[in-house]
Amino acid sequence: MPLRLATRVLIGLALVFGLCAGAGAAAIEPALLAQLTSEDAAEKGEAIDAIAAIGDEAALAVLSALRDGMLKVSGTGQMFIAERGKATDAATGAAVDPVPDDAEKVTINNRLRTRIESAIGALRIFSKDPKERLAAVATLTADEAMLPALDQALASETDPAIKSALQQVRAASQLKSSDAAKRLAAIDVLAESLDAKSKNLLLPLMEKSPAGEFAEPDEQVRQAASAAVAAIERRLAVYDYAGRVFTGLSLGSILLLVALGLAITYGLLGVINMAHGEMLMIGAYATYATQTVFRAYFPAAIDWYVVFALPVAFLVAGGIGILLERSVIRWLYGRPLETLLATWGISLFLIQLVRQLFGAQNVEVSNPTWMSGGITVVNLVLPWNRIVIIGFSMTVLLLVWLMLTRTRLGLFVRGVTQNRTMASCVGVPTGRVDMIAFGLGSGIAGLAGCALSQIGNVGPELGQSYIIDSFMVVVLGGVGQLAGTVYAALGLGVASKFLEPYLGAVPTKILILVLIIAFIQKRPQGLFALKGRSVET
Amino acid sequence: MNRKQFLQSTLAAALVAGGLASGVAFAEGTIKIGVLHSLSGTMAISETALKNTVLMTIDEINAKGGVLGKKLEAVIVDPASNWPLFAEKARQLITQDKVSVVFGCWTSVSRKSVLPVFEELNSLLFYPVQYEGEELSQNVFYTGAAPNQQAIPAVEYLMSKDGGGAKRFVLLGTDYVYPRTTNKILRSFLKSKGVAEADIMEDYTPFGHSDYQTIIAKIKKFAAEGKKTAVISTINGDSNVPFYKELGNQGLKATDVPVVAFSVGEEELRGVDAKPLVGHLAAWNYFMSVKNPQNTAFIKAYQAWAKKNSVPNLDTVVTNDPMEATYVGIYLWKQAVEKAKSVDVDKVRKAMSGQSFKAPSGFVLKMDETNHHLHKPVMIGEIQADGQFDVVWKTKGPIRAQPWSPFIAGNEVKQKL
Repeated sequence: MPLRLATRVLIGLALVFGLCAGAGAAAIEPALLAQLTSEDAAEKGEAIDAIAAIGDEAALAVLSALRDGMLKVSGTGQMFIAERGKATDAATGAAVDPVPDDAEKVTINNRLRTRIESAIGALRIFSKDPKERLAAVATLTADEAMLPALDQALASETDPAIKSALQQVRAASQLKSSDAAKRLAAIDVLAESLDAKSKNLLLPLMEKSPAGEFAEPDEQVRQAASAAVAAIERRLAVYDYAGRVFTGLSLGSILLLVALGLAITYGLLGVINMAHGEMLMIGAYATYATQTVFRAYFPAAIDWYVVFALPVAFLVAGGIGILLERSVIRWLYGRPLETLLATWGISLFLIQLVRQLFGAQNVEVSNPTWMSGGITVVNLVLPWNRIVIIGFSMTVLLLVWLMLTRTRLGLFVRGVTQNRTMASCVGVPTGRVDMIAFGLGSGIAGLAGCALSQIGNVGPELGQSYIIDSFMVVVLGGVGQLAGTVYAALGLGVASKFLEPYLGAVPTKILILVLIIAFIQKRPQGLFALKGRSVET
Repeated sequence: MNRKQFLQSTLAAALVAGGLASGVAFAEGTIKIGVLHSLSGTMAISETALKNTVLMTIDEINAKGGVLGKKLEAVIVDPASNWPLFAEKARQLITQDKVSVVFGCWTSVSRKSVLPVFEELNSLLFYPVQYEGEELSQNVFYTGAAPNQQAIPAVEYLMSKDGGGAKRFVLLGTDYVYPRTTNKILRSFLKSKGVAEADIMEDYTPFGHSDYQTIIAKIKKFAAEGKKTAVISTINGDSNVPFYKELGNQGLKATDVPVVAFSVGEEELRGVDAKPLVGHLAAWNYFMSVKNPQNTAFIKAYQAWAKKNSVPNLDTVVTNDPMEATYVGIYLWKQAVEKAKSVDVDKVRKAMSGQSFKAPSGFVLKMDETNHHLHKPVMIGEIQADGQFDVVWKTKGPIRAQPWSPFIAGNEVKQKL
């Protein structure tokens, strides 16, 4: 596209000679703006390039508005930029009042979006703000016509990170050069890259056409390219591995959170609690309720509703747990089959109750802004919600461990677990300890539900999909043991995530189940067995 | 006062005098209509809105005098995203409630489950969702898209210059009949376009899957192999929410790897922050953002109905393609009943062929004379920051459905009922 190349050069030159400094006054031709509303994407693209070539503030404003869907056209053909109820004329920059109500958005597609971003990037690589410059470089598309502008930018750039990013774009642009030596030099620069995109640029060089000709005629360049690809792949493999460990830990921490409550109610108290999943669900709904209250009464603090939802979820789920223990479960201690059936009934009852209260459909629980997006570590993106949940589950684990080993209540719980009659003889109020421990287990499940609401769907059946996983973790870890639960949860998480890329999601689940069954056959007491006299009873 | 007005007012006066408060005269009895949509479970996210659409359309028709002078009455059941339960509930609707017609189902597995019941009892089902084809029943009218009205044009768009010229494809779906068959058709279509086996990746997740970390990482890796990559998603139900959340959080941009979805519309995106998803695509035969008088009226009618019936989250209610297909289906059925002057299944079936309706999509949709499918336009939309879609490509007019895809061997002879 010769016109496009020419405009690119123009952008570059305009920047080099500083034409964009005295911006603002020059108006964009209405005909050019009108071309943006054309039905034909190619015509739209030409108009975008032509506007980019003007290169002043007004052009930048029009392009940004177009990208963000804020450029509108009224029924009479007037083009304006609408922003938060105000509108300015796209051609002249004058305020438009009143805002026409028959206005329609000027639409773009992905191809034009890439083009606009690259054009905006080209206009911004000389910005004074280093952050803006770095963001601008990231949007640039490789193009030989960009070279003069890139050289100019490189000459004045002082920030090493931006400089290396610029060099990468420069090398990518040079790959299509007709000079083999220049291509070779470009490959050397790209070989240093840690970005999968550079690999994408190099691979086509080694492609063979159906006629048997290589896309890259020079043998030496081809060899350099394949060596560069191998080098990039080696480096990427390390991050790939790290990424899998991270996703494994993330899944493991979720399993740990959902199983921790069960490790107390089932592991320590010996209650086969089929309603455990519903405690998760109640925690998630408590989070939803908190969010609703915040939306209605404290919209300014909506970003922090999750922090307030934690104690709410803990208290609601814990309260319901205590209520269940006092009203139903305490009459059934020592009768596992009846407990199982009763708690299963309770779980059905709770699901129906929530359906009546909140409706059968999923409810929407949104991530606060600080939990959206992720941090980029070279070419890995670690999502914030996963990081927060890993941290959160470790915190909960630490608190539970401290509670069990460092407090009087913990001492009582352990005492009752190990020898109920003896504990009772020495004056431990076993009934009350049971009640508090059950409430605590349910409360922790509530906390887990709050965490689950941030990554998955919240609906009445939420608990059903986690109940099997929780039992799996607790049984595999060894009943009556916190440490076992921790190892089992993290182990299952990492193992699933290492198997999944090879087998797919469904076969991995099956294989993990088969492995656990085989393991339990061999070692019914789980990973860690509780030693002591209570085991036989 | 002209003659029409005079007649109306005299008629109204006569009715009031006759002790009828409603103002519209109805004959004895009602016509019962079955509504077979999951109102709980993993599919409730999509299907609840369809139940609402049926009720709204029934209210609309009743307000204008019903069908054959009789009022329509909805019989609603909840098959709870449980496929065998669909068959039980269908049987109950037909034999116990004696409904004249059933509007229902979303997933193909539910449709396959009820199909023998409808054939055995010779009743009618209107199925409003795009599906994989490979089926043609006397007892079903398909008002959603067949593969050549959705999947194939979408992939052609991805391969075109405007769609980014994709050369590598990830076929990602929920593990059941619709995604499996669609991907079989697409695989054969891609091969016919010269795409190599190594450039296609196929992956499935169970219903209700919520951990898409590995899949997104795999897509990223697959995309880093030197060619423009696109993802074709046939994920169904509420799994879409965690999928799109993860997609946004992991920063996989539409300008790098576009995702085109066949079962994600305005309704499914309601619970998702759409800002990181701008530019990802969906292929349908209708979008809420389409501008024409029929659509404006349709949206207004639904919003008013939602308000009147205080639907949850009513300030954000949207319309989508299967809702439009449901709406069109009910009106086509009404027209056919009026033409046949009876609700008898065989008579209505005969009257259905060639019925047409000016749909909210802005086109006149016609029920094909032979194959029980609607002629539909194809539209491709890009997700916008507000969860709506901008149409970036569409066909000039409605196209005829090919339920038996030419990309599956042995289908050449199966074109008719």
